[in-house]
Amino acid sequence: MIPKLFQWLIVLSVFISVWVAIVFDYVAVEFSKSNKQTIVLFPFYLLVVFACYSLAVIGYRVATFNDCKEASEELKKQILEAKEDLKSRGFKFD
Amino acid sequence: MAGDKYSVLLPTYNERENLPIIVWLLVRYFTESGYDYEIIVIDDGSPDGTLEVAKQLEKIYGKDRIVLRPREKKLGLGTAYIHGIKHAKGNFVIIMDADLSHHPKFIPEFIKKQKEGNYDVVSGTRYIGNGGVYGWDFKRKLISRTANYITQILLQPGASDLTGSFRLYRKDVLEKLVKACVSKGYVFQMEMIVRARQFGFSIGEVPISFVDRVYGESKLGGSEIFMFLKGLLYLFATT
Repeated sequence: MIPKLFQWLIVLSVFISVWVAIVFDYVAVEFSKSNKQTIVLFPFYLLVVFACYSLAVIGYRVATFNDCKEASEELKKQILEAKEDLKSRGFKFD
Repeated sequence: MAGDKYSVLLPTYNERENLPIIVWLLVRYFTESGYDYEIIVIDDGSPDGTLEVAKQLEKIYGKDRIVLRPREKKLGLGTAYIHGIKHAKGNFVIIMDADLSHHPKFIPEFIKKQKEGNYDVVSGTRYIGNGGVYGWDFKRKLISRTANYITQILLQPGASDLTGSFRLYRKDVLEKLVKACVSKGYVFQMEMIVRARQFGFSIGEVPISFVDRVYGESKLGGSEIFMFLKGLLYLFATT
């Protein structure tokens, strides 16, 4: 399989070609003025939507990142348990 | 399958305080779950006497459970794994940090997961389900989530935790991956899992709680972030 970089470049260049073709009238398709305006700004809209989506996802994931307090408490208890048991088996802590 | 054996690779450097605890926990959870295992300690010439501690543990638990494979000086993590694999008797290898941030209680879950889907790799993940972290402030969480998000978008790796290093591999799979990976530090872990996908290995995931170093300091500075970005671009262009 080709590397991700080139997969991205292929998709990006296809997108840009279509966009350029329409914006600079290389294709014989008639758009109304307001539609044309939308198409011209389409990449920009896409970017804004993507940025908002990313911020929302990252924000949500940071907010819901589990704080494993119990895991830390459990570990602390087990450390004491381990030290005691190891001592009884002849392990020397210094 | 009966006859499965699990070799735990523990690369250590100055882990005198943590090593007895992690070994004790490993023994406990393996004994409870009944899987066959060995713990391979690869100490890179720690000046704090980690190796002496390991020798005491070898005496307590026996040479077939605790296997000491020290090296002269600090060498890369990748070579530590190769060194460990060479001596591993198990058909599965578990890699984890010896600093107690990875709890052995998850290993039986890794094994169950592996059997469930006959996976080549089972990766612990902090990012899904009940997974999580302890001891991280807001900034650290934000950086971690952002880095993870960008990586997921760019690489679509098929695994949610790329920089974590608590994983179970089939021995031959680990061998192949280590040989194919060139990165250093924790980018190495990222490369391992991304290349696993590239080679078409199957990956299962188990949520884990990550308790940041109890003893010692862990850091996340500018140079770590720079290293991450470099590694990300490298993987973006080559996998």
